[in-house]
Amino acid sequence: MKGVLAALLLSTLAGAAQAQDQMSAGRYQAILGDCQGCHTAPGGKPFAGGLVLETPFGNMTVPNITQDRATGIGGWSETDFRRAVREGVAQDGTRLYPAMPYPAYTRMSDADLASLWAYLKTVTPVHHAVEADHLRFPFNIRALMAGWDWLYFKPERFAPTEGKTAEWNRGAYLVNGPGHCGACHTAKTLFGADGPVALTGASLQGWFAPEITDAKPRGVGGWSADDIVAYLKSGWNSHAVASGPMADVVERSTAQMTDGDLKAVAIYLKDQPAAQKPSSAAVAANDPAMADGKVLFQNNCVACHGANGKGEALMFPPLAGNPVLLQSSPENLIRVVLAGARAVSTPAAPTGPSMPSFAWKLNDAQLADLLTYVRNSWSNQATPVSADMVAKIRTSLKSGS
Amino acid sequence: MAKILPRKDVVIMGLGWTGAILAQELTDAGLDVVAIERGPWRDTATDFNIGYMPDELRFAVRKDLFLSPAQEAMTMRNSISQTAMPMRDYGSFLPGNGVGGAGVHWNGFVWRFHPSDFALKTQLTKRYGARRVSELQLEDWGVSYDELEHCFDQFEYLTGTSGKAGNLNGQMIEGGNVLEGSRKRDYPTPPLKMPYASTLFIEAAKNMGLHPFPAPAANLSRPYVNPLGVSMGQCTYCGYCERFGCANYSKGTPQTTILPVLMKKKNFEVRTESEVLKINLHPDGKTARSVTYVDRAGQEYEQPGAIILLCGYGLMNVRMMLLSGIGHPYDPASGEGAVGRNYCYQTQGAGARLIFEGKHFNPFIGTGALSATIDDFNGDAFDHSKLDFVGGAGISCGSSNGRPIGYHPTPRGTPRWGSKWKKAVAETYQNSLGIGAQGSSYPVRGNYLDLDPTYKDRFGRPLLRVTFDFPDNDIRMANYMSDQLEKIGRSMNPKELTVSRASKGWNSVPYQTTHNTGGATMGANPKTSAINRYSQSWDVSNLFVLGASAFQNNAGKNPTGTVGALAYWTAEAIRDRYLKKPGALVPA
Amino acid sequence: MTRAQQPSRRRFLASASALPILAFAGHAQALSISGRLPWEAFAGEPPRPVNPAGWYYFTPQEVGTIEAIVDRLIPADQLSVGGKGAGCAVFIDRQLAGSFGKSSRLYMKGPFAKGLPTQGYQGALTPAGRYREGLRALDDYVHGAHGKNFVQLGPHEQDEILEGLESGKIELKLASGLNTRSFFELVLGNTMEGFFADPLYGGNKGMAGWKLVGFPGARYDYRDHVDKHNVPYPHGPVSIYGET
Repeated sequence: MKGVLAALLLSTLAGAAQAQDQMSAGRYQAILGDCQGCHTAPGGKPFAGGLVLETPFGNMTVPNITQDRATGIGGWSETDFRRAVREGVAQDGTRLYPAMPYPAYTRMSDADLASLWAYLKTVTPVHHAVEADHLRFPFNIRALMAGWDWLYFKPERFAPTEGKTAEWNRGAYLVNGPGHCGACHTAKTLFGADGPVALTGASLQGWFAPEITDAKPRGVGGWSADDIVAYLKSGWNSHAVASGPMADVVERSTAQMTDGDLKAVAIYLKDQPAAQKPSSAAVAANDPAMADGKVLFQNNCVACHGANGKGEALMFPPLAGNPVLLQSSPENLIRVVLAGARAVSTPAAPTGPSMPSFAWKLNDAQLADLLTYVRNSWSNQATPVSADMVAKIRTSLKSGS
Repeated sequence: MAKILPRKDVVIMGLGWTGAILAQELTDAGLDVVAIERGPWRDTATDFNIGYMPDELRFAVRKDLFLSPAQEAMTMRNSISQTAMPMRDYGSFLPGNGVGGAGVHWNGFVWRFHPSDFALKTQLTKRYGARRVSELQLEDWGVSYDELEHCFDQFEYLTGTSGKAGNLNGQMIEGGNVLEGSRKRDYPTPPLKMPYASTLFIEAAKNMGLHPFPAPAANLSRPYVNPLGVSMGQCTYCGYCERFGCANYSKGTPQTTILPVLMKKKNFEVRTESEVLKINLHPDGKTARSVTYVDRAGQEYEQPGAIILLCGYGLMNVRMMLLSGIGHPYDPASGEGAVGRNYCYQTQGAGARLIFEGKHFNPFIGTGALSATIDDFNGDAFDHSKLDFVGGAGISCGSSNGRPIGYHPTPRGTPRWGSKWKKAVAETYQNSLGIGAQGSSYPVRGNYLDLDPTYKDRFGRPLLRVTFDFPDNDIRMANYMSDQLEKIGRSMNPKELTVSRASKGWNSVPYQTTHNTGGATMGANPKTSAINRYSQSWDVSNLFVLGASAFQNNAGKNPTGTVGALAYWTAEAIRDRYLKKPGALVPA
Repeated sequence: MTRAQQPSRRRFLASASALPILAFAGHAQALSISGRLPWEAFAGEPPRPVNPAGWYYFTPQEVGTIEAIVDRLIPADQLSVGGKGAGCAVFIDRQLAGSFGKSSRLYMKGPFAKGLPTQGYQGALTPAGRYREGLRALDDYVHGAHGKNFVQLGPHEQDEILEGLESGKIELKLASGLNTRSFFELVLGNTMEGFFADPLYGGNKGMAGWKLVGFPGARYDYRDHVDKHNVPYPHGPVSIYGET
């Protein structure tokens, strides 16, 4: 009797422990997938939806995925959940838009999805009806997604690449699966499908997600694997700091990943080929824009970024050799100098120092020259910046878009 | 009708240095803390834009970051024989305002008071006899430098103070302050680079057998990460330090050292633009029940708390105690009562201006605390047996700024306007340096704080009344310092030397210093102190009063280092003693 | 996927450089903060450069007088332009039209009574009011003594009068609570402010004041020069809005 009781107790405890394990594992899956990043509105309850996503096709409102039956997914089964996450089809058969990155999540394993589902079932149900999307015609016709899926989407589990290490394959799984890095970092076609070359940078909602292949200097070619790990974990390394949308990703997702997983991501990224983009010649130092930019730089920037462009560890990112400055599109730079920016705050680096806004002080031509200068000084080489581009971004920022 | 809010573990009036330190320590101990701050939110990111911070008119002259008298003013007089009038604008001292308080726009001097500064009554009576100090109302603080040593260390490492130790565990280190109290370890960052003017002073002082050293500065000589994990930048000697917010995270302030960690905590909340009107006591008057405050819409709230901390500027703390009926108001006639007692200031009248020829001092290159100092004539560091005063001054030559509205020196006798003035200003700006003596300020019976009988604030509450003049002892001390400045100045061979002397009749108009101390003093005797050695009110056991209001006397040093140390000391006492057994920590 | 940007901050008049006391600008959202460190795009309250044209406070007659005064306090000579050319009168005009002129910062509750010199200004008149009263009284005096307005006097005579105001030898007939010497100090002080403040406030035109003394202006980094003892600083001044 005692033995049976003990066994029962043990198995119950083990079951409880297993359930506990599944929940922590599931929470980790939610961190990997950064579900909260979209499914929680600013100031809103976790996973209760309501965030408005601005896409090239109009605005979408992210749904409530708490267990509320009326407004969330309380009535869903695990199968429904898998179908949504891996195939882009909701419980009632409607198609999801790939703003929900099911083309990436499709690669997630059964075990990981089971953990994630177990965790989501424990999230406090929140009654929060999310308003309808405001997509432009014809993108508001969900049924058309069937065609899109047929053309551009292939549901498939992740398959390890032979000849690569377990670590590399783990990185490949994370980057292409739950991490869905390509959702931002891979350029999209006109119809929103992934372009032919992965992770070579893309424009999204006024920000440019940089190239993260092993390209040098635009990607992580000049970074060691440890540099990549440090960046994802703390938001900082000796080359750059995470701010803007990537600050959110680091804070909510990568800063909470295990060191092993971060290393795997780094190993994988270091093995991604650079795009064959033409390198731009440096703008000549005696170009009038450069001369003008140099004075502006000395009068506005050196007290933080240093006359040598080296910045200060954990305070001000370097400008020399910083990939953020060297992307084909300078839109991030323009945004940051106009509106200011905030470095991410992580447990490893909690300060979150900020770049002040210079919109009130520098006009479009000045800002263009200043950015041309920093993009072409020290050993930096990149396309010049035009006053027109600055003007466009200034207008779009002021109008709140 | 005041809305009554849910009770908090700790309610803090004011989120400046002491409020931020106490909030950080007590939230770490698991308590639920709310700070009520009457000024606005302030932070580097939102308020200290590097593009427009270097604006002398706005910040140094129009005092944009400071408390405006329209929000809270005070009245002043030199003695009870005068009628106090309101300081309709602040002049002689400039209280701060907003989150961070004066900790935002201070110079950044991080001094440790000398061991003797904490026990002047005992020390000076023993050394010179009771008659020498009979004019003064000296009192020991009830806490010693040795007990506070680790707390000074904590504040220095919090702020990344740049300096050089002169007395490391009893071992004297040349180049540091060999006259300081013994310290266990060096400063967290090395000293700032001395400017040209300071090097001339250092040479002159050494030649006279004196011991110059770089003043310890919370203007950081290099990037730094403090024990909370918060990182700071390197000071760029911009010359827009005191009166300004730092735009590149290189001045130690609550913003740059504590808030990034504190603000993230779920168990901490700050309510800004909310002014505390009164502390409410329980009917038996032995404990405080709550704080009444008004928000900027005019709505009144009552915020109950288990522990209440007064962390405003020292003068405001004293006023709040008087307005709330806490403790016994000091009466200068009888000498009774402790709240308002032993108000002190800083004795600044002794100074020297030197004018050279053909030099380039570049006065605009400076930091708030960039200077070389000698302590040889400070406090009780030197033998006063043959002198007619006690106390002393830190003598310094530094470079905090060359902002031209405030700084455009000319030789003696130059007209103050016209072509001659212009020529003199052009020739002198690069050729002048100053040496200052920051003198101790000792308590006398007639210098005190109370509530004004006539003038009221915008809520109808009486203003604080400051009755103060420099004691004769302090004037004699300052005159002695002027003599030393004459000697040092002469030895530097200037073209012209002008030594100023202190005089009676404290004038509230020209700026002197914002080092107002005392009024809610710390001590072992409830008759002559308002708080015990743990900053706990003798009368209201769940009320603690932080700030320079605790000082029984001021020293020849800026107060903030000691204020910060006492804040850590108090945090320990609350965490390790009070929470385990609420009630009086020291028998009355 | 960005969060919506916060609306941009409003700017404020450069001549109202002190913020109104109780209506603190902007941080409307920041009254209870917990669990976050506030940040927003376009944060801050940059100063608005004054409009250099026209007069916002002084009447045409007052303009004439104040321009003449500032041009004597800081005369044009081989060293620099005079106070008028430097824009000191424009500066004072804009200051008086803003919060400085209105004493917004000051404690202006009664009772008003005469105080001691150590107790500072105890009058009820704002700086704007003191200028109006002082300039009127000055012209009254000059009319009485010379039969002309101040502007019509020669520079030498103007200097004599200013010296008289400064020393107290001349006592203007001022409204109660004001005295001549403190009026002179007010004008002299504001003139010097105008000469040395950032040009965005209307004075220090062409950074003439800064160039006179060799002040580099709104610079923020001297790390490369702090060790260069007794060496002239090689760069000229720069203003907040980037004038070089």
